[in-house]
Amino acid sequence: MVIGEEVRVEIRDLMSRYPTKRGALLPALHRVQRELGHIASDTAGELAELFEIRPIEVMEVVSFYNMFHATPQPAHHVYVCTNLPCSLRGARGMFKGLATHLGVDERGNSEDGRIHLGHEECLGACAYAPMLRIGEHYHENLDLEAAKRLVDELD
Amino acid sequence: MLKVPYVTNYLSEHFADDAFTTLEGYEREGGYTAARRAIHEMEPAAVIELIKDSGLQGRGGAGFSTGLKWSFMPDDDERPRYLVCNADESEPGSFKDRILLERGSHQMLEGILIAAYAVGAEKTFVYVRGEYAYPADCLERALREARAKGYLGENVMGSGFSHEVVVTRGAGAYICGEETGLLESLEGKKGQPRKKPPFPAQYGAFGMPTTVNNVETFSHVPHILRRGVDWFKGIGTEKSPGTTLFGISGHVARPGLFELPLGTPLSEIVFEHAGGVPGGRKVKGVIPGGMSMPILPAGELDVPMANEFLRERKTMLGTGGVMVMDETTCMVRAACVITYFFRDESCGQCTQCREGTGWMEKMVRRIERGGGEERDLDILLDVAGKMEGHTICAFSDAAAWPVQGLLRHFREDFERHVHDGKCPFPASFEL
Repeated sequence: MVIGEEVRVEIRDLMSRYPTKRGALLPALHRVQRELGHIASDTAGELAELFEIRPIEVMEVVSFYNMFHATPQPAHHVYVCTNLPCSLRGARGMFKGLATHLGVDERGNSEDGRIHLGHEECLGACAYAPMLRIGEHYHENLDLEAAKRLVDELD
Repeated sequence: MLKVPYVTNYLSEHFADDAFTTLEGYEREGGYTAARRAIHEMEPAAVIELIKDSGLQGRGGAGFSTGLKWSFMPDDDERPRYLVCNADESEPGSFKDRILLERGSHQMLEGILIAAYAVGAEKTFVYVRGEYAYPADCLERALREARAKGYLGENVMGSGFSHEVVVTRGAGAYICGEETGLLESLEGKKGQPRKKPPFPAQYGAFGMPTTVNNVETFSHVPHILRRGVDWFKGIGTEKSPGTTLFGISGHVARPGLFELPLGTPLSEIVFEHAGGVPGGRKVKGVIPGGMSMPILPAGELDVPMANEFLRERKTMLGTGGVMVMDETTCMVRAACVITYFFRDESCGQCTQCREGTGWMEKMVRRIERGGGEERDLDILLDVAGKMEGHTICAFSDAAAWPVQGLLRHFREDFERHVHDGKCPFPASFEL
């Protein structure tokens, strides 16, 4: 079993909040991913059993949403918003500077594999551009130097 | 960090005050008195009539009459009915719902309680975009306080009316801001929009009668009940009453959130409240209502920011996200960013949208790199025209409109790329 009993109890509780079991699928995926880092096919299989749906129905949800990952992930995700409001205030220069600073490969992964640098669509911080998101935390009103310091502090 | 609007009105009046985020602080400012009065003293139908009379328009983008929407919930229907709060704010240029959640969760919650009572909903699902971890936490905290005080659950405020609110986090898909895409996602599926009809009032969340409103829309409701329809109608324009939270971004001295009456001239927002373009540069164009809305050129900033006036200029208020671009801006590059976004976020259900967004992106990029041909501009318009009005949801229209707007007002930028074989705006933001 990949999904532990404690998480299963939480998932059953989530299910009770919705008119159908399946309503709890997104919350359950968030919960499981927080625990395991990604949703591998065996995890999807266990979730399918819990939700009484087919594994492919879990996987199609995982692949539809950007925030769910089907493969193992680096320790840190750093996402720079490069949508138009941020681009107008220098986000793309900041992104390129960070990419050089971290020495990321063409997929955005640092050499030691600990950090993934990606760009993201509008994060709702347009008045505080440029900005980036590390995990669940927003860092706003940045410039390249401030952004470098943030990624340097990641352990 | 405290994020306060630079201009406040009734919605954002207390947003700088941390106490306002607590139930006690909210009640000190008169909070929950409107919900109490509605639930104890008014018939649900009277609440709907009042909101209808107020002329409140939905603040999620489409601007539909809120009271009318509530009245669509079917009579004599024994099925459970639900309310959905659309907090999937993802429209580029918009960040008002986030601040309404962070600084005014109780205000929104009071609006939800009033609406739930009016339409007879037993449960509200608040669908918060996945990236909004902190706003969702703020809302959860408010919900815990409200539950503890008996404002949620069985017998709300001792009235016999019961209501519960469930927060669901999205997972990074713009299309879930479309109300039926949201409903699919809420049911644990891919967020691919549904064909309408049936509309959510007949077949909504989990197949039940459902009303879907935006965060800001709910937030206006308690104020209308508290101060009355005449007060509300006295703000804004005759057809578009009330204030809205304009989010200003891009090339301005003071980007921020400005709560102003609907009908405020765009020029006043850009030059007075946001301080105009820094460095003495001129405005080139302004997107008035989030990235889906067609751009306006500098010469049209006199327009009052309300749909009845913006429609005459072939654009709309949308979500009130105002993006300012100065004279250095390359509009072809802007088109590259816009078309990339819509290609990336298309859910892929409808051919016109799935293929059209990709074609537009490829053509715009080719023009930007200097490889475009004269006829490309008309092909772009042709593709955009065929994407409009032919798909399950309005996403395809939203992808077509900004391209049409850029070609309507800044065709010369595109033509110069074609003729020069390179970008003629060396000082523009980079791609």
